[in-house]
Amino acid sequence: MMDFTTNRRSLLASSLALGAAGIALPRMAFAQSAGTRKFLFILLRGAADGMAMAAPLGDPGYDALRGSARADYEGARSLDAMFTLHPAFENVGAAYSEGDALIVHAAATSYRERSHFDGQNLLETGAVKPSSTSDGWLNRLTAMLTEESGAPPPRALAIAPTLPLAMRGSAPASSYAPSALPQASDAFMERVGLLYQDDAQLAGLWGQALETQAMAAGDTLRNLRDARAAGELAASLMREDEGAGIAMMELGGWDTHANQRGAFARNARALDALIGAYRSGMGSSWRDTMVVVATEFGRTARYNGTSGTDHGTAGAALVLGGELRGGRVIADWPGLREADLYQARDLKPTIALENVLAGSVAEHMRLDPSRTLAHLFPGRGGAAMSGISRG
Amino acid sequence: MTSRTSIALNRFGYGLALGDNVPSDPVRYLRGQMDAFDPAPLAIRTREDMSAKPGEILELIRTFRRQRQSRMAETGEDRSTAMRAIMEGSGANDPLAGLPPELRSSYMRAGRWLRRDVGLRTNVAIASETPFIERLVHFWSNHFSVSAQKPGTHYLVAGHEFDAIRPNVLGTFSDMLKAAVLHPAMLMYLDQFGSIGPNSRFMQSRQGMRRRRNGGVPRGLNENLAREIMELHTLGVDGGYSQVDVTELARALTGWTIQGLRRVGRFGEPQASGAAFVSIVHEPGARTIMGRRYEDDGARQALVMLDDLAAHPSTARFVATKLARHFAGDVPPKSLVARLEQNFLETDGDLASLTHILIDSPEVWANEPVKFRQPYEWLVASLRLAGIDALDENRIAGALDAIGQVPWRAPSPAGYDDKEASWAGPDALFRRVELAERIARGARGDDVLARADAAFPGALSDHTRTWLSRAESGRQGFALLLVAPEMMRR
Repeated sequence: MMDFTTNRRSLLASSLALGAAGIALPRMAFAQSAGTRKFLFILLRGAADGMAMAAPLGDPGYDALRGSARADYEGARSLDAMFTLHPAFENVGAAYSEGDALIVHAAATSYRERSHFDGQNLLETGAVKPSSTSDGWLNRLTAMLTEESGAPPPRALAIAPTLPLAMRGSAPASSYAPSALPQASDAFMERVGLLYQDDAQLAGLWGQALETQAMAAGDTLRNLRDARAAGELAASLMREDEGAGIAMMELGGWDTHANQRGAFARNARALDALIGAYRSGMGSSWRDTMVVVATEFGRTARYNGTSGTDHGTAGAALVLGGELRGGRVIADWPGLREADLYQARDLKPTIALENVLAGSVAEHMRLDPSRTLAHLFPGRGGAAMSGISRG
Repeated sequence: MTSRTSIALNRFGYGLALGDNVPSDPVRYLRGQMDAFDPAPLAIRTREDMSAKPGEILELIRTFRRQRQSRMAETGEDRSTAMRAIMEGSGANDPLAGLPPELRSSYMRAGRWLRRDVGLRTNVAIASETPFIERLVHFWSNHFSVSAQKPGTHYLVAGHEFDAIRPNVLGTFSDMLKAAVLHPAMLMYLDQFGSIGPNSRFMQSRQGMRRRRNGGVPRGLNENLAREIMELHTLGVDGGYSQVDVTELARALTGWTIQGLRRVGRFGEPQASGAAFVSIVHEPGARTIMGRRYEDDGARQALVMLDDLAAHPSTARFVATKLARHFAGDVPPKSLVARLEQNFLETDGDLASLTHILIDSPEVWANEPVKFRQPYEWLVASLRLAGIDALDENRIAGALDAIGQVPWRAPSPAGYDDKEASWAGPDALFRRVELAERIARGARGDDVLARADAAFPGALSDHTRTWLSRAESGRQGFALLLVAPEMMRR
C-alpha cells in the first residue's frame, strides 16, 4: 500500500504544480477547515422501523400490534420505562449509558405520503414539496458556516461513490468510496487533467477527485460493504483538524416488507458496528463530534400479512456525540391504541424531524437555532429543538 | 457541437463498435434497427431455464426454518436466544454466515449465476447491431426495475428482462406492464408472492384458522407491489391515487404468486407471465380503484386493473416524461413530453409509435450534448469502441460493480436514477479513469485519431484531438479517448 500512498500524494502535488503553471484548475473543493467541530449525517434509506429500533414495550397497546416481537427484546437494554433498544445496538446502547446517545421517537418530516423517493427527497433537500429544490440541507449548512464565521468552508465529504442529494449545491463538496480497481498511472492521470482543462464540469470533478484521493491515501478498503471498516474509514477522513468537517453516509436495506425480524437485526447490527467503529476511531475528536441518524419515514405500527411492515409515518432518529445531553429518549408519545394511530395504521408523528435536525446542528455548530431552521428547512412553523447538546 | 451522425450513434445508441461502418443516413440507421431488432438473440435463446430454482431455494429456507423451530422447541431455546444467535453468529461482513452449508452454497451458486447473466446481457449489447433498441430495452428494464437481493431472485432478474421486456419493447405498454409486474421476479422482489387475502378461502379454511390460532406466522396482505405499480410503473407519485386505491389493488393482486412452491402445489394455475395464480388465497369481492369498479373474476381482476392503469392519462404523462428525460436531457423539453404523451394516448401506448416520435423529434437532435452518460452506458460504449467482445462475465460484473451500476442490482424499486447529479461525482469519474486505462491495456492502440473520428463523426473537439495526438503511446491515447468529454456526455 505504500506505493499507492506515494502515488496519490505525488499526483496531487504534480497537479497543483500544473495549476501553478497556469493551467485552469477548479476552485479547490476544500480549504482549511475553520473549526474542529465534526458532523456526520447517516441516512437510512428505505424507511427504517423506529418501533423496532426502540420498541415501546411499556405501551399497553404494544402486544396487540406486535406481540410476537416482544421476545426479541428479552434481556435487551431498557432505555426507560417505555422503550427498549433493539439488542443489535450494543455500541449505541453503551454510548447511551455513557450519556453519548439519545433517541428521538415518534418523529417525522412534514411529508405525509408514503413514497420512499419523495420522502427521501424531502429529508435531503429540506424542502416542503418533493423535487422543488435541487440543493441539499447539508450543502446549505456548509455555506451557512462559511457566511456566519467568515472562515473558509469546512470540508464536506460524502463517503459514497457519488454525492447524495443532501450534499449537492453551490458549496464545494466531494465524495469518496473505496475501490477494488488498480489506480491509474500518474502519467495517465496527468494527461486526463490536461484533457479536461477546458471543460468546467469535468475539470471541477477531476480536481475534487484528486484532492479526496490524496486525503484517503492510506485507505486499503475495496468497498464500503464491511460496516465496521466503513466506520473506521469515516473516522480516518474526519478526525484530523484538516479532515472533513461535514460528512454523510448512506445505509440501505431498511424496506422490510416481509420477514422483518432477521433483516432488521442484520441491518441494525451493521449500523451499530459502523457507529461503534466510528466513535472509537474519532479518538479525542469525539468530544467535538455529533452524529445524526435519520430515515425518510417510519413503518406501519402492526405487522402486515408477511411478517413485515409497510410504509408508515413517524419513526425514530438517533443522535450521538461527545457533548450530548444523552441517555434519554425524547418523545411526546402518541400511544398505540387504534385511535392513537395516524390513519389507524401508523405511529402518529408528534415531533418534527426537521426541528430535531436543525436544533442538533445549530447547537453543535454554535449557530443561531432559528436562523438555522429557516435556512436549512425553510417554510416551517415551530422552533428548532433545544437542549440536545451541552455545547 | 455535435453532429447528427454522432447523435444517432451515441445519444440514441451505445456508440460505434470497432469495425462497423459509420452510418450514412442517421434517421434510416435508427429506423432500420426497429425492423432488425432480435428479441431473442442466440445467447438469450439458448440460456438455460432456471425458473424452477427460486421455488427450490424457498423450500430449502422453509426446511431450515422448520428445523430451527423444532430445535428451539427441543432445547427450550427461546426467541431471544435465537435472536442473539442471529447477531452473534453472523459477521456484519458475511451475510451468509450462520447458514447451513447447503443453503450457503446455494446462495453462492445464485450469485455466480447472476454474474453470468450480467455478462450475457452486456455481451449482447456490445455485439448488438441494434444498439438503439438495446438502449430502449435497458430503459424499460430500469423502469420496471427488479433487483437481485432476496434469495432466489438472482435466477429470475435476467429472465424478467429477456422474457417480459425484450419481446414487448416495440409492442404495447399495457402488455409490457402486465408481463413485467406479474413476472415471478417482480412478484418475489416486491413481496407479492406471499400476500394472502384476509378473507380468502384459505384463511377461512381449517388450515388457515389453525395457523392463526397457533399464533404462527401471521398471513395476510402485503401492499408493496401494489404501491410501486401505481407510483413507479404507471401513474407516478402525483398521478391521482390514494392509500385506499393502493390497498384495493393489493387485494386484487392476492393469488398472484410464483410456481414451484410446495404449499401452492396443485392449486397454482400457470399464467402467461410465468407466474401462478392460486385462487384460494385470492381476496374475494369487487374492488374499486379511482372510482372504477372491478368485479371479482379471479386472476383477471388484476389484469383488467392493469390495463386501465396503462391507459390512464397520468401514465401517459409519466412515461412520456421519463422517455424524454432519457433521450433529450435531465430537464425534458415540454414540447417533446407533450408530443410523446399525446401519441401515447392516441395509440393506446404503442411503443413502436413512441419510438418513431423520438426519432422524428427535433428536441432529441439538439446540437449540444444533453446527458451525462450513466456508468453502464459508458462501459458498453467503451468496450464496443475497444472491439472487446465476449468478455469474461466476472470481469464485466467486476467492472460494473466498481463504477457503480450492475444491472438488476438497483438500490430501490425506482431503478437507477436518470439524472446527471446521480452519476457525475468526483469519485465516480475517478473510477472511470482507472477502468479506462485497464480497458485500453487489452485494446488496440493504433489509429486512435481515426477511430475517434469514426466514433464521433464531425463531433470531436480540437482540444480532444490535440491531447489524443500528444499521447505518449497509442494505448494511452485510446485510454484518453475513453474518458474524453465526448465519451462522457451524449
